[in-house]
Amino acid sequence: MSADPKVFLMGEEVGEYQGAYKISKGLLEKYGPDRVVDTPITEAGFTGIGVGAAYYGLRPVIEFMTFNFSMQAIDHIINSAAKSNYMSAGQISVPIVFRGPNGAAAGVGAQHSQCYAAWYASCPGLKVLVPYSSEDARGLLKAAIRDPDPVVFLENELLYGESFPVSAETLDSSFCLPIGKAKIEREGKDVTITAFSKMVGYALQAADILAKEGISAEVINLRSIRPLDRSTINASVRKTNRLITVEEGFPQHGIGAEICASVLEDSFEYLDAPVERIAGADVPMPYAANLERISVPQVEDILQLTKVGRRLICKKTNEAE
Amino acid sequence: MAQLTRRATDLLKPFSVALSSTRLLTTTTSTTPITVETSLPFTGHRIDPPSRSVETTPQELMTFFRDMALMRRMEIAADSLYKAKLIRGFCHLYDGQEAVAVGMEAAITKKDCIITAYRDHCIFLGRGGTLLQCFAELMGRKDGCSKGKGGSMHFYKKDSGFYGGHGIVGAQIPLGCGLAFAQKYSKDETVTFALYGDGAANQGQLFEALNMAALWDLPAILVCENNHYGMGTAEWRAAKSPAYYKRGDYVPGLKVDGMDVFAVKQACKFAKEHALKNGPIVSAY
Repeated sequence: MSADPKVFLMGEEVGEYQGAYKISKGLLEKYGPDRVVDTPITEAGFTGIGVGAAYYGLRPVIEFMTFNFSMQAIDHIINSAAKSNYMSAGQISVPIVFRGPNGAAAGVGAQHSQCYAAWYASCPGLKVLVPYSSEDARGLLKAAIRDPDPVVFLENELLYGESFPVSAETLDSSFCLPIGKAKIEREGKDVTITAFSKMVGYALQAADILAKEGISAEVINLRSIRPLDRSTINASVRKTNRLITVEEGFPQHGIGAEICASVLEDSFEYLDAPVERIAGADVPMPYAANLERISVPQVEDILQLTKVGRRLICKKTNEAE
Repeated sequence: MAQLTRRATDLLKPFSVALSSTRLLTTTTSTTPITVETSLPFTGHRIDPPSRSVETTPQELMTFFRDMALMRRMEIAADSLYKAKLIRGFCHLYDGQEAVAVGMEAAITKKDCIITAYRDHCIFLGRGGTLLQCFAELMGRKDGCSKGKGGSMHFYKKDSGFYGGHGIVGAQIPLGCGLAFAQKYSKDETVTFALYGDGAANQGQLFEALNMAALWDLPAILVCENNHYGMGTAEWRAAKSPAYYKRGDYVPGLKVDGMDVFAVKQACKFAKEHALKNGPIVSAY
């Protein structure tokens, strides 16, 4: 916002409330109400207004309190923003960012817990970025705002409270990350684990425990869901020969399904075992804490699947019967 | 032969220039002011309507006639092409509504923005598009205004402030309010006309956007082109209240005879002045 006067923030509670999750704290005071705009609770309306402002040449950042509410505005994200550059043969560019928390929080129930990564990632004309660490959040958000095309920026409410070490380079005002590049958070040689957002933390925890048992896991933080960094994922699988994908969202047609297809297309001969997908349970998110816990992947799920594999679990069950 | 060749190259120029160089119609450059009365009075909602006396000139009169006649012939030709299956998909025609496009252009500049739904061929022409770009786009050719990638519903001309061409009913209204937001943000002293039909007038997003436009005093002018049908459904079966100029409730409104190009010109001039000073206004034609 300080570098470009065309950038403005618009959304519910972003100004006077200092941000529903305090992400925009202090911005109203610093940039004023013309650039930090509080809206009524009308997603379809203000998302359309944001896209229209982007058509004219401003650089809006539209905040959804959670991406569950983006469904009210999804026509503008897809039909008004994502497709316009193509339909107008390049005349209308839409330099807009849609950002906000995505996925499960804690005890907020089914209508407030869905992950939309797969929904947006399937749409040509959009870029979809998912930060994990503070470095990701800073670098990817800047890249998103500078990008001339619409970007969906999926944050995570539970990660807002987590601290990460940052280098001096990250804190520099010119720091920016490239779109479309995944990060290898931890190198390994026995199995590749891909993850994004909160699941990266779980995958890293699992990798630590596996290391003590002699299994070296390579953890890839996807960072960019669309475009997906197929080359980094495939290079890793060609090295380790095994792949586990981890995501919080529903399993059918999820990110893991796309990664699996990509690896089958590019690196089939290198696989020593079928690709395994870990995803959220195929059920609307329950409220009760114990049910919620088993509806979202946990570190134990990653450990068990890595060590035992789904077919072996099924085989043992059959034998027990 | 020479005349035929010249007609072909004329298609490449904006149509008003093309027509003024033919020998078939008389031209005039007279700018003597003439005052005309609109056929019907305006009706205001929470606002005093403008006067029925409209200033024009012989030159403007001829331009109006040529532009509207050209638009009419173009749409009829498009209809024939569509029935011959040379235009695919959808083809929404504007014949009968030409006075709105032409009268609006007479009242505003190319720095003001227009955004509409899918009945966009004539708005594109009014903003300076050529017949060649229009027909080429309709027939999916690369010389089309969207290089054949858009089709009938996705004509754009950003350099003249025309932002499309939208297929989703009602979407253009929040987008138009967004253009107005950006105009105010940039302090450009220009306005946006967001056109929609009587079908779209019932869309929820219209009211969401209008609420914000009124809250923030955006220079947005909502123009309902009422042709009494929303897709295939008659107005009386779709709208409990067909007084679309009153639908803004707390937002001033103006009812205009959309068949009278002078009324349209007057109304748009009035609306632009209002929007720059006082924020949004809803008009129904």
